[in-house]
Amino acid sequence: MADAAVRCLRDGRLDGEHAPALAVEGSLQCCPLAARAMLHVAAAVASNAAAGKAQARGLVVVAFDRSPEVYLDIMLRHGLDSNALSRCVRILDCYSDPLGWKQNIRSQQQQENSGTPCSTNKDTITTFRSVKDVDKLSCSIIDLGRGFEGEGKTYFSVAVDSISSMLRHASVQSISGLLSNLRSHDQISSIFWLMHSDLHETKFSRAFECLSTMVACVEPEVVDSVYGEERRGDMSFLEHNYSKAKFHVRLKRRNGRVKHLYEELCVEGYDVKFISATSVSMEVNQSLLPKVQFNLELSEKERSDRANVVLPFEHQGKGEPIRIYDGRRSLPEAHQDPNLTTAALMDETEALKSANPKGEIHYLRDSDDERPDSDEDPDDDLDI
Amino acid sequence: MEEYGGGDLLGEAMCAGARVVVVEDCVEAPAAFVLHLLLKRALAAGGGGGAALLALAHPFSHYDRILRKMGCNLSMHRKSERLHFFDLQAFPGGTRGGAIADSLAQLYSAVQRVVETYRAGENAGRLTVMIDDVSLLEVAANGSADDVLDFLHYCVTLTSEMNCLLVVLIHEDIYSSEDGVGLLAHLRYIADLVIKAAPLSTGLAADVHGQLSVVNKGMLIEQRPAKGQKVWNFHFKVKENGADFFYPGSRH
Repeated sequence: MADAAVRCLRDGRLDGEHAPALAVEGSLQCCPLAARAMLHVAAAVASNAAAGKAQARGLVVVAFDRSPEVYLDIMLRHGLDSNALSRCVRILDCYSDPLGWKQNIRSQQQQENSGTPCSTNKDTITTFRSVKDVDKLSCSIIDLGRGFEGEGKTYFSVAVDSISSMLRHASVQSISGLLSNLRSHDQISSIFWLMHSDLHETKFSRAFECLSTMVACVEPEVVDSVYGEERRGDMSFLEHNYSKAKFHVRLKRRNGRVKHLYEELCVEGYDVKFISATSVSMEVNQSLLPKVQFNLELSEKERSDRANVVLPFEHQGKGEPIRIYDGRRSLPEAHQDPNLTTAALMDETEALKSANPKGEIHYLRDSDDERPDSDEDPDDDLDI
Repeated sequence: MEEYGGGDLLGEAMCAGARVVVVEDCVEAPAAFVLHLLLKRALAAGGGGGAALLALAHPFSHYDRILRKMGCNLSMHRKSERLHFFDLQAFPGGTRGGAIADSLAQLYSAVQRVVETYRAGENAGRLTVMIDDVSLLEVAANGSADDVLDFLHYCVTLTSEMNCLLVVLIHEDIYSSEDGVGLLAHLRYIADLVIKAAPLSTGLAADVHGQLSVVNKGMLIEQRPAKGQKVWNFHFKVKENGADFFYPGSRH
């Protein structure tokens, strides 16, 4: 559930371990919802930090896709006041001027250059102007995080929105390097990022999933399984998908156990709402049974009755004769002689020889090792 | 009748808060007429808005002739500086040299200057930045989608910082092959509103030229939170002086 993921981010890291990481993934079919889920998580983490409930003192948002105002606005709507915002939230603005073009224009116009990265009038927002330089980006993130006040060692959380935009400017290796460096940095309490999975090859999104301890997938509620998304003219299912989606969370516990959780995500005004559904294991159990009109389930009583039935082979050897046909004797004989020996077998063959031959087929088995119905290939030793 | 059909359904479908509009078309159903309608609306007398047209596909005379038939005098608007026409048919130009990224940065600075002077003036309305079309911009950039996306990102920042409207035309069928993700997928992520023109799914018809799907992806900060419909489907018929939009089967 979203709550569980947020709780993990809130509780932060343990000493000597990597920070917990959440990857939020979405595809084009429900992309506004993935972005909204990301904003929801960011706002929840920020309000936890502001309330002092979290390990982190604050949240650093690395904003590529949306302008910083969007984050501030959504956090205000989550009940953070401007005082808390300036105390607990820093936004590294890679949206307004990612490549420094605007600064060039300004410096041409005014013949004066303000230093990089220059802070705007609000101290919450810092503009970053060279997104291609991943090392510089990582330094800026950590510098911003160190700015949070607090006694002793101050932790902070990092939100990256989104990895897909970062990947346009830098290689997969450098971005994954950045993320794992951030995760192992000893002041970072937790980290989470948004990724548009259909903008990249599957192996890349898998690689980033491997870096994380939690993966939250926002999946479309309705999928046109025959035609996929590209069916011309039929977009009716989009109407549904843009207001509701499935929210799958995969949590990796520290002991290695993986837990799957499933929720429904729907738009509610400015925010998203998570409706908890039964966990995925229940879902699977139910969906394995075919949908039929009669009852395939057993009641408790039926279940216990079934457990008490003695199966045909279960009483064998408990004082009663063994009634398993071994292919060599007729049942009445075996009945009389439960302890079968080779001597008994010899007697039997003698008896058969002395009997009147009337076109019967007599078969003597070669050895006792060979089982009567061995399914080994008789032509095995042929050399063709 | 013209008023009724002239983009009314389209206008209804387009949510007012949308800031990035992506128009997708294909060879069978070109959507250039949507651009013309939006251009006409941007320059409409009542609104007092302006437009910056980045034309890679056609010369000014082409737009002038078409818009004149629709009752909008582009030459006049150009003289009164409400329309800024960038003739980019020769973009980036052989003489200038340098990397494509620099050319695009220069182009952006020209656009930004236009936006700034427009906002400094007495104008009340919104400025519409229109690109016709992005596929050709990608061709001019020697197929480097990243550079084009950088340029588009800067144009998108104009919409949030300077209250502009960005309208982009892209030919969808160029990207329909399975060679991974191109410009189109990125554009669909960027867009607030996707207008998609397609041929009739039921085949050819004499009086229907195609169908139009309008998808409001919904902004993060919605203008109307309780807004209902997000996906609209209707048919269109392009005429000399505009276009008719109507629901399937509603035409007599």
